Amino acid sequence: MTDTSDPDGESAGPDAGDADGDTKAGSGEPVVDAAEVEHVAELARVRLAEEETETFADQFAEILEYFEALDEVPDLDREEELVNVMRADEVEAGLAQEEALANAAETEDGFFKGPKVS
Amino acid sequence: MSTRTASEERAVVIGLEVHVQLETDTKVFCGCSTEPADDEEPNTRTCPTCLGLPGALPVLNEAAVEAAVKIGKALDADIPETTTFHRKNYYYPDLPKNFQLTQYDAPICADGELEVSVDGERRTIGITRAHLEEDPGSIQHAGGSIESATHTLVNYNRAGTPLMEVVTEPDFRSPAETRAFLAKLEEVLEYLGVFDATRDGSLRVDANVSLVDADEVTEDGSVPEAVLADANRAEVKNISSHKGAEKALAYEITRQRNVLRRGREIEQETRHWDEGRGVTVSMRSKEAEKDYRYFREADLPALEVSDWKDRIPIPELPDARRERFRTEYGLDDEAASKLTSTKEVADFFEDVAGEYDPELAATWVADNLLGELNYREMEITDVTDRLDEFTRLVELVDAGELTVKNAEEVVLREMLDEGEDPESVIEREGLGKAESDEVETAVEAAIEENPDAVADYHDGDEGAINFLVGQVMQATGGSADPGQVNGLLRERLDG
Repeated sequence: MTDTSDPDGESAGPDAGDADGDTKAGSGEPVVDAAEVEHVAELARVRLAEEETETFADQFAEILEYFEALDEVPDLDREEELVNVMRADEVEAGLAQEEALANAAETEDGFFKGPKVS
Repeated sequence: MSTRTASEERAVVIGLEVHVQLETDTKVFCGCSTEPADDEEPNTRTCPTCLGLPGALPVLNEAAVEAAVKIGKALDADIPETTTFHRKNYYYPDLPKNFQLTQYDAPICADGELEVSVDGERRTIGITRAHLEEDPGSIQHAGGSIESATHTLVNYNRAGTPLMEVVTEPDFRSPAETRAFLAKLEEVLEYLGVFDATRDGSLRVDANVSLVDADEVTEDGSVPEAVLADANRAEVKNISSHKGAEKALAYEITRQRNVLRRGREIEQETRHWDEGRGVTVSMRSKEAEKDYRYFREADLPALEVSDWKDRIPIPELPDARRERFRTEYGLDDEAASKLTSTKEVADFFEDVAGEYDPELAATWVADNLLGELNYREMEITDVTDRLDEFTRLVELVDAGELTVKNAEEVVLREMLDEGEDPESVIEREGLGKAESDEVETAVEAAIEENPDAVADYHDGDEGAINFLVGQVMQATGGSADPGQVNGLLRERLDG
């Protein structure tokens, strides 16, 4: 565990590098590197093969580039933000157990059933 | 970090994160009931919002915000002008949305404090912040322990229950202080009517524990931030009671001392309190990375409720009430503390004290009633609707119609055990004070049958009168009033 977590623990290095990359977005340097993709995949509990990591790094960079289009959007007058939107503390009818479980891939005794987690 | 020798003295530094469930009728972001489901049937208290179904939108429960503001007032905290909600992203089946709705950089309460008393010493514990969030669902590791489970069963009935997370400064210097704090916090929250301690899982505590050089502790008991930052700490999770907190922390401190004694370093890690085994266990999970990627919840507009602080009243809090009981009713510290232990007890006492001598009311509520309830593992709330019966009992004693002994040892006990009213217990047990005829007859008989005692009394032996009183009490089955008997005897003997 220490072996695999050490690079992450020391991530001040690579992370700082990423942060630089982010600020220089559009300047041609890689916005998302393989380490970042692996980190996100791990948080999402998705296992990626090495070549997938490279593919996703490229794709992430492309996707992020699309957002640059937002820089072109002119300033607009916008609606004032809402505040204090609340509901009264009154019980509303919800879903019956069968309805709640209707889309579940697997169930057991009224529970959603999933793989083991730790 | 300098190398330390085992002989150096170390001071304990503890900070708490306390999660309390707020007592509202519905969940914090949807209208699902927070009542426990019938037969604990799983997944019967859900809707598209708390199941995280696509397109469902959260709408904040006003009652949860009111509760949070009350807590803020009670903790003497600031309610900021604007407070917002964030998504805390992590991937675990207890969260159907893969994020928890919580607050991040603009919590609803900041910078408060709570005073506790430990072994007679007053300590003020700083409250860094308190924020609103949703409770996750509950999961069972099925087919074995958390390690050996084969699958997971998930119940979202609890998901979305409003929680307040109260984060303290690292101000605790012993496990006993954390226990006193948690008891005090619960007491305050119950006084506010926003919390039910009897509810399963209503209090959950995480504790950060580290050891620092005792020399680094400043005179006012605080520890410089740089020292704290330098000390590796363990976060102990899964504590669910005051007692559990004291035990878990005592264990963890001993464990850390032992690690240091062996010349090793404390690992910065998350540990799980195993209540059954009484140990903390390293969780060794990747979650330690703690990359929650917080971002603003766009579906929940900001709150501007700082003025609610003036609008929402809170009841008199336990410390203030204790002080008032001392001054207004002339109670001693012990009685005042007992009688303010819960809001219900305090209300009950004030109702009785309003009608009778406060001192008598204090004795009856603090000593007799609470003692008998405690013995039966009953709560004051089990008898609050019988206040009338209880005041009648006090009235009967006050009027001299029932002896204290019979009231305490027979009537009160039967009232609690059998649910009877005091009059029917008295009737059934024949405990009404003896008719005066009967007492007079018994007095005459005692004098007649005990010439030796009478002679002793005339010779100046005061003890003899007690013997004669005892005889009369016995003859009347304890229903006579000992003071009256004493008077009658003297009248006869001296006359």
